Amino acid sequence: MKTLSKIYMALVLMFLYVPIFVLIVFSFNETKSRSVFSGFTLEWYAKLFRNEVIISSLMNTIIIAVIASIAATVLGTLAAIGINAMRKVPKAIVMNITNMPIVNPEIVTGVSLMLLFVFFAARMNLEFGFVTLVIAHITFDVPYVILNVMPKFRQMDPNLFEAAQDLGCGPFTALRKVILPEIMPGVVSGFLMSFTFSLDDFVISYFTSGSTSQTLPITIYSMTRRKISPEINALSTIIFVVVVIVLVVKHIIETKQEQKLRANGGDE
Amino acid sequence: MENIISLRNIVVEFDGDQILKNINLDIKDKEFVTLLGPSGCGKTTTLRIIGGFLTPTSGDVLLDGKRINDLPPHKRDVNTVFQKYALFPHLNVYENIAFGLRIKKYSEKEIVRRVGEMLELVNLTGFEKRSVQRLSGGQQQRVAIARALVNRPKILLLDEPLGALDLKLRKDMQTELRKIQQALELTFVYVTHDQEEALTMSDTVVVMNAGHIQQIGSPTDIYNEPKNAFVADFIGESNIVNGCMLQDCLVEFAGNRFDCVDKGFDKNEIVDVVIRPEDVKVIPAENAKLTGIVESVVFKGVHYEMTVDCIDHKWLIHSTKAEPVGTTIGMTVDPFDIHIMKKSKEEGAYPALMGVQQNEEA
Amino acid sequence: MKKLKVFATPYLIWMAVFIVVPLLMVAYFAFTDEEGNFTLDYIANVGQYTNIFVRSIWLAVIATVICLILAYPVSFMLSRMKKHHQGTMLMIVMLPMWMNFLLRTYAWMTLLGNNGIINYLFSLVGLGPFKLINTEGAVVLGMVYNYLPFMILPLYSVMVKIDKSLIEAASDLGCNPVSVLFRVIVPLSVPGIMSGVTMVFVPAISTFIISRMLGGGSNLLIGDLIEMQFLGNAYNPHLGAGISLVLMVIILVIMTIMNQFNPDDQVLI
Repeated sequence: MKTLSKIYMALVLMFLYVPIFVLIVFSFNETKSRSVFSGFTLEWYAKLFRNEVIISSLMNTIIIAVIASIAATVLGTLAAIGINAMRKVPKAIVMNITNMPIVNPEIVTGVSLMLLFVFFAARMNLEFGFVTLVIAHITFDVPYVILNVMPKFRQMDPNLFEAAQDLGCGPFTALRKVILPEIMPGVVSGFLMSFTFSLDDFVISYFTSGSTSQTLPITIYSMTRRKISPEINALSTIIFVVVVIVLVVKHIIETKQEQKLRANGGDE
Repeated sequence: MENIISLRNIVVEFDGDQILKNINLDIKDKEFVTLLGPSGCGKTTTLRIIGGFLTPTSGDVLLDGKRINDLPPHKRDVNTVFQKYALFPHLNVYENIAFGLRIKKYSEKEIVRRVGEMLELVNLTGFEKRSVQRLSGGQQQRVAIARALVNRPKILLLDEPLGALDLKLRKDMQTELRKIQQALELTFVYVTHDQEEALTMSDTVVVMNAGHIQQIGSPTDIYNEPKNAFVADFIGESNIVNGCMLQDCLVEFAGNRFDCVDKGFDKNEIVDVVIRPEDVKVIPAENAKLTGIVESVVFKGVHYEMTVDCIDHKWLIHSTKAEPVGTTIGMTVDPFDIHIMKKSKEEGAYPALMGVQQNEEA
Repeated sequence: MKKLKVFATPYLIWMAVFIVVPLLMVAYFAFTDEEGNFTLDYIANVGQYTNIFVRSIWLAVIATVICLILAYPVSFMLSRMKKHHQGTMLMIVMLPMWMNFLLRTYAWMTLLGNNGIINYLFSLVGLGPFKLINTEGAVVLGMVYNYLPFMILPLYSVMVKIDKSLIEAASDLGCNPVSVLFRVIVPLSVPGIMSGVTMVFVPAISTFIISRMLGGGSNLLIGDLIEMQFLGNAYNPHLGAGISLVLMVIILVIMTIMNQFNPDDQVLI
């Protein structure tokens, strides 16, 4: 039974990884063939780095993700603080609406924002481009921030805020000194989640971008539509390596933190 | 009475630690046996070995004389009442109790009959359709017992089942469990750290510490004739002082010689002397071999608990009459109530039966 | 604490403008024509695409079921692993999810193509070439490949919380390992199944990338239809809005039906 489960796991992992590995292998292929590996070359990587469209859309993507996730984190954290103080019924309504960008199909969110922008483009001389992209990204990022910060309030001692005031803090000072530190882990994870989703988003960006500003996923999409070029393989390989490094580093940090926690607990 | 369960030379090692060190235990049919000891002594581990949830590193587990080491839990004629009840949250009370019967494919008629019987036994008739999560702790516990007993196992294992209940309920359940065990003529193996509970309910008590069995005996034996300092200290309260066995039936401690009833020790052997607080009688100080100043008096309802300072030892005594703090009193003990124990070289390594052998030899 | 309510105001405004209004606009566009007159024509027109709707629902259902069957053992094995292994294995299983969605789909484009490596391997033994890409099968494969991690994660989260003593109790009462699985673990994992199904079905029914890249032009799904009305050659936002509205209603109906199977007071002791 145990060997059967190990074999099954191995098969599933193979299913998940083989396509990616094939991409990686063929990024070094001398020819454009997708089936025969003729020789080793780095020319596709060189081409990639010279590709201006890719470089500029990568820059766009990073800038938009940074701006949107920071804005979303600020907006969302303030929102969470406010929502937490609401009464049951308004709170439920707001949370249901907040869930919509997450629960709705991405295409519906994208299309609805596009309609909004089209409507205002005529009236306000607004062009599809950088601004619309940022607005769209903030819109689908904020719910993730709120969803990460809200649970922290539930875990927090409800008397903390009052205790701070009892000891002399005005409400806003109490917020800064007591509540913020408590919810900070949620704020950080919300920020990271927003940043990741913004970096990776395709569908919503597709409907809200303009010809002047493209994100990397959109560029990748047009590349895959036009021609099959091993440059895409090279790009995939680089992204894969970055993802592996980030996840492994995160894993090591988390494991070290856990070990420290266990050691400290043991001493007590 | 036959031995229904036997543990032979059981050793359990985990991550380099020895949790159980050479356990030998025989449990008789229809017996109420309690494994008693502090946290970490190995009593729950021993129970789990009987249940089949843990395989010993070495040693044999025998059921009715047959070796069952490799028999998985679902094939053993043993049922368990878990510490936190482990009731299935997706099933109501009726289905939880019926669970084992459904597995064995009993007829619907039989299941209705048996579950009804059980519900009556644990006083939960009418609760069939209730969700188990909405029950109180005591009710959950009774469902857990019913769920196990409905299968009429030969042996019931109970892992500290009364721990989460309040005092009154606990005492009531202790009586209930004992009644059920005797009425149904089952073998119960019960685990607890509460020595009072063990003494109340059991036919046999197995005192454990640090992976060893310290003593096996009836509640009265354990209480009155503890075999070593650990048992004496764990069971009830005791005064334990250093003494010297001058010869058989004569011991010297606290600067005086006392008659006692234990024999079989070496001449002038250094021993532990154990005297229960309730066995100490207060007498006028002038005639007493033991005297001291009363340090504190605490009313405990049934008796007064007094601490008496006697230079080299603070004696704990129970008395129905309170003596004023600061007065000097005298104390005396019947020879029969002075218990002598060998000094243990290694805490926990004391063989349980050695004291008995000593007396027999003499 | 009540004073803090005011902090939510910026977000509430944002939410109203950028979440609520756009959705209302979709509804508005669905029920009006170019001049702004109320009409049901566009909704009625959606009816001509019934076969595409049926195909989308059908493929999404197949993909969801396959994901559930494949993911269940994986999540179960993960949840039973030693604690310190779980974190690492989880990371390994989830890693592909962090790769860009388009690139993952593109990977299958290269694998399944007529000049792709799978057909090449077949040709070595004298078979093929088989038409692997631009089929419904390729689309389902793409869906399963992309969404499998979204089924594994919620299943795992729920299974890992199942108290070990419940499994021991079932064993104690006579269940062999298979019985334990079906009588205890599956019923208690239902919330995870619901989560996973939602996280796979909704993207699957509304995707347009997978159908475009792996299905060619001949296996259109709802997502393709919508995209074509807004960014395709025939710009018809009213029809597009109508299709989007119908899509949202379908998803709402299916989710409501599914919630009937979710026990209300499901609390894991």
